[in-house]
Amino acid sequence: MKAVMISGRTLAQGAGCEDKMSPLYINEVSCCYLSEEDYRALGLSDGMNLLLTSPHGSAVLRAGVDRGLPQGMVFIPMGPWANMLTGTDTKGCGMPGFKGVEVEVTPTDEKVLDIRELMLRGR
Amino acid sequence: MRLQIEDVLCTFCGCLCDDIKVEVDEGRIEKVRGACRLGSSKIMGHNRIKSPMIRVNGELKEISYEEAYRRAAEILINARHPLLYGWASTTCEALKKGILLAEEIGGVVDTTATVCHGPSIIGIEEKGAVGSTLGQIKNRADLIVFWGCNPSEAHPRHTLRYSSNACGRFTPDGRKGRKVLVVDVRETRTARNADRFLRIQPGTDYEIISALRMIIGGKADSLPEDVAGVSKKELIEIAEMMKSAKFGAIFFGLGLTHSRGRYKNVDNALSLVSELNSHTKFVIMAMRGHYNVTGAGQVLAWSSGYPMAVDYARGAPYYNPGETSCCDLLSRRDVDAALIIASDPASNLPRGCVEALAEMPVIQIDPFENPTTLFADVVIPSAIAGIEVEGTAYRMDGLSLRLRKLVDVEYPGDVEILQAILDNVRRLRDDN
Ligand code: SF4
Repeated sequence: MKAVMISGRTLAQGAGCEDKMSPLYINEVSCCYLSEEDYRALGLSDGMNLLLTSPHGSAVLRAGVDRGLPQGMVFIPMGPWANMLTGTDTKGCGMPGFKGVEVEVTPTDEKVLDIRELMLRGR
Repeated sequence: MRLQIEDVLCTFCGCLCDDIKVEVDEGRIEKVRGACRLGSSKIMGHNRIKSPMIRVNGELKEISYEEAYRRAAEILINARHPLLYGWASTTCEALKKGILLAEEIGGVVDTTATVCHGPSIIGIEEKGAVGSTLGQIKNRADLIVFWGCNPSEAHPRHTLRYSSNACGRFTPDGRKGRKVLVVDVRETRTARNADRFLRIQPGTDYEIISALRMIIGGKADSLPEDVAGVSKKELIEIAEMMKSAKFGAIFFGLGLTHSRGRYKNVDNALSLVSELNSHTKFVIMAMRGHYNVTGAGQVLAWSSGYPMAVDYARGAPYYNPGETSCCDLLSRRDVDAALIIASDPASNLPRGCVEALAEMPVIQIDPFENPTTLFADVVIPSAIAGIEVEGTAYRMDGLSLRLRKLVDVEYPGDVEILQAILDNVRRLRDDN
């Protein structure tokens, strides 16, 4: 499924923000939220993961439902997982595009990486 | 002895709430009252970095503060063009020291604002903003607009203390006496509590704002029936809602700065507000994230003339967002060492920038371990400002407030750490 990725703040992301190595923070920012319709269309259920691929990179995230989302849009709490998918181009103003990233979303059996594995991947 | 400390400031978000109660027993914080979930989690505290460390053969190894300061100074002196990044979650006094250090070593000072409300600042520089204090909004506003922001999750007490739900001098009925409009691409918690929710498509803020400006400017006839997926009828109703307010306030968030258009979205929103002022009273404010990101911009501006991304390599301050901003410097490999303070770029920057950071020597100054620690070569634990050391911070409306010290700790504050690194830089230079 093609979708537009938006990243942003959530309460749990904020509460874990100064304790980034804690399970609370890591669980929250490694989750990708979809609309109910898209969640059903992809045949997802509890505990299933998604592989997200953008022109800039890819990452495996847990799947969740956010009823506030329209179809075709996915939301990832800001953090290392969302940033696997964002590009570095700032269009000359210093700000990369954290919202509105085009992604391909597919269910996967791959595991969500631990924060250390994710950060040090490919090094 | 149990001590109750009143009117404590919460050093988490840009609301900088100043009415928190903290109970301290035997030098330890036992209880926090009045703060939201975000603030309490910070004030109550959690795992700390215990000792200064340096990376030896890939592993972090504990050392003394003196050694850590010297190693940090060596890294900075040996760098051709070092980056000094972060600053939004520490005091103004710490940034003042950081600027002295950057001048001394010819580095770049950038704040987390560049990947937050940096574009808003660029927009404001271009256009000027009709602003106010949060107190004015609390006491007078009868229409609150949240555009691309979600205070229910990012600034949990904002609505109650300053905006939609606050009771003020001329707004005694609080939420009942106000209208709340939310503009966003998804129905957030904030949107669910609004009187009206305008859902727009991602990256179309500019078009929607332009359409509203046309309607307010009396040119609705020239508009198509549908603007970026929103009907003209709905836009006319929203414009009416804005015009009929006695005192309107727009709070805007990263929905504007992170998406297509970036600072131009903000520039357009500022124009909308100035046009609304031909009809009624309207103000606009950025929802600043870190508690002192506003202060970081202020200190840089009064020291160098520029609010962020200031390069001291030429011997005089030079500023050009897109060139001297953190993300661009890293992705172009235009810096070769980094001092990271009170921030976590490994989590918050795009992957390409994090990879660049991992290739260079990194000094980290922070109370807490975070993904940046995984790349750091020198780690210096610091005291938490507003809890363990005092200092100054600016609330999101530009009001400066004094942070207090609540408990004693052995950790040095950021000011002390930066001074020690600066002393070492000077000493090593003299020795050579
Ligand atoms: S709203 Fe912000 S400043 Fe106020 S208590 Fe919550 S985190 Fe702290």
